[in-house]
Amino acid sequence: MASLVIAEHDNKVLKDATAKTVAAAAQISSPVHVLVAGSGAGAVAEAASKLAGVEKVLLADDAAYAKMVAEPMEKLILSLAGSYDAILAPATTNGKNYMPRVAAKLDVPQVSEILKVVGPDTFERPIYAGNAIATVQAPAGKKVITVRTTAFKAAEGAGSASVEKISAAGDPGISKFIGEELSKSERPELTSAKIIISGGRGMQSGDNFHMLEKIADKLHAAVGASRAAVDAGFVPNDYQVGQTGKVVAPELYIAVGISGAIQHLAGMKDSKVIAAINKDEEAPIFQVADYGLVADLFKAVPEMEEELTKLGY
Amino acid sequence: MKVLVPVKRVIDYNVKVRVKADQTGVDLANVKMSMNPFDEISVEEAIRLREKGKATEVIAVSIGPQQAGETIRTALAMGADRGILVKTDGDVEPLAVAKILKGIVEAEQPGLVITGKQAIDDDSNQTGQMLAALLGWPQATFAHKLELSDGKADIEREIDGGLQTVEVKLPCVMTTDLRLNEPRYASLPNIMKAKKKPIDEKTPADYGVDVTPRLKVLKVTEPPKRQAGMKVKTVAELLDKLKNEAGVI
Ligand SMILES: Cc1cc2nc3c(=O)[nH]c(=O)nc-3n(C[C@H](O)[C@H](O)[C@H](O)COP(=O)(O)OP(=O)(O)OC[C@H]3O[C@@H](n4cnc5c(N)ncnc54)[C@H](O)[C@@H]3O)c2cc1C
Repeated sequence: MASLVIAEHDNKVLKDATAKTVAAAAQISSPVHVLVAGSGAGAVAEAASKLAGVEKVLLADDAAYAKMVAEPMEKLILSLAGSYDAILAPATTNGKNYMPRVAAKLDVPQVSEILKVVGPDTFERPIYAGNAIATVQAPAGKKVITVRTTAFKAAEGAGSASVEKISAAGDPGISKFIGEELSKSERPELTSAKIIISGGRGMQSGDNFHMLEKIADKLHAAVGASRAAVDAGFVPNDYQVGQTGKVVAPELYIAVGISGAIQHLAGMKDSKVIAAINKDEEAPIFQVADYGLVADLFKAVPEMEEELTKLGY
Repeated sequence: MKVLVPVKRVIDYNVKVRVKADQTGVDLANVKMSMNPFDEISVEEAIRLREKGKATEVIAVSIGPQQAGETIRTALAMGADRGILVKTDGDVEPLAVAKILKGIVEAEQPGLVITGKQAIDDDSNQTGQMLAALLGWPQATFAHKLELSDGKADIEREIDGGLQTVEVKLPCVMTTDLRLNEPRYASLPNIMKAKKKPIDEKTPADYGVDVTPRLKVLKVTEPPKRQAGMKVKTVAELLDKLKNEAGVI
């Protein structure tokens, strides 16, 4: 039959998590259709139609989908499910929110955060904070899947899919969006940045994170954090990298004042290169770091900024 | 209003898991087991609601082997009022858990179900959402802050971009994130008191649920290992390596 990918976007911009999910979908069941559920999201549908490997884009444009609230999303996806044998979403906080509702209503198990498509019904997924990888086979019937997007590469090239407007499926009226407080930043998003510099409890305060921001600006990097730094209120929750935060896999991850707990490693150990600055030479982060510097961060980080300036960054 | 809190017995978060040599799973023999950390947050939130007079009774439910009764005792020692143990051996998938919970919800009629956002063993992040869908209830996942008022809840959620507030009608399912609260430790007197609190024993069949796993686990393997690299002596050397050896800056 076909697979349906639910697009990740903010009504203006299509997130690259979508292209990666399309890449996973193409390995499961073709052709691949993309559902853009949003409000005033025409430009997003347009962008989705240009993704390589997409045959058709369905655009459901309605106020009910402006913030992808789970209950109307469930109704919409279920109204389309009959035509597809696989339904996929990226494992973003949106995908994690609405997809299990879809699976439950279809009476199928969801396969969460797949890392690899082994066969059309067989997938690898991480368990125990990524300390084990399970290969699971889904039963016959529809597949409902969320995708760990760091594990897939977007297909290259451009597509020219048609965009079909579809009608909304109604809002059950039991939930509504009230407001949001989004972190504003000129820097790249954590999940798509090529370089990330993250701070931990060792940073001691939110103000001290400015040291990391200065370096981030020189390297066009995103700034991340450990749970301890978020819990202490140094930085907002959306900075958290780890088992229960964001999973990232940049070209370079620089961990500053982070010990390297299992739960933190779960979110960054697939980075291509890891550098760590920590004053404790026994810190577990050094067991995964390609380059480790045992030093006081309050000396090393300002020095790094100076050296980068000297090098012309 | 009753509050229902499912609690799962999982490997303790401090334990480094070992994959079994025969690739059938991870080694749980003689390993420390604890309540899933997110469920501790759920129990805490439920108890606070009762302490504030917004809930009348907190019921802790666990689905698992006989030892899951200990996890319920922990919840009772924290302050939950009574427990329900749905006994079953072997792994139970999120959908089957949600179906059993649905049966319990129909019997107990709680106004709120608080689950953890994920269990740290299978990392599925599904059960609360599935339960809400099966009941036709609204959900608020990844809760950061809860405000209950007449017939509705305003819940601030941790999302990828920051924080989002949704308003949901009651009854609803809420799943907890790390910063909703800091769970209390059970005091010794409360641990003693908990021993007298009732735990009902049930089976999945009591709720008409077949818990046979639907996903077939073909194998469980170790992830690729990262080798520790080298130590550098200075910041300048670090930057030189990153630029000229790794080519990443
Ligand atoms: C259910 C659950 C989920 C979790 N999820 C996550 C998650 O998603 N992400 C996550 O990160 N954690 C998570 N954790 C928390 C995790 O277990 C650790 O507690 C946390 O990662 C520790 O953060 P940290 O490394 O910043 O702090 P610490 O472990 O306190 O380490 C601080 C480090 O800074 C170093 N340091 C201090 N001062 C200096 C200095 N001046 N110069 C240089 N180095 C210095 C110290 O040597 C130390 O190594 C979770 C825990 C639980 C129970």
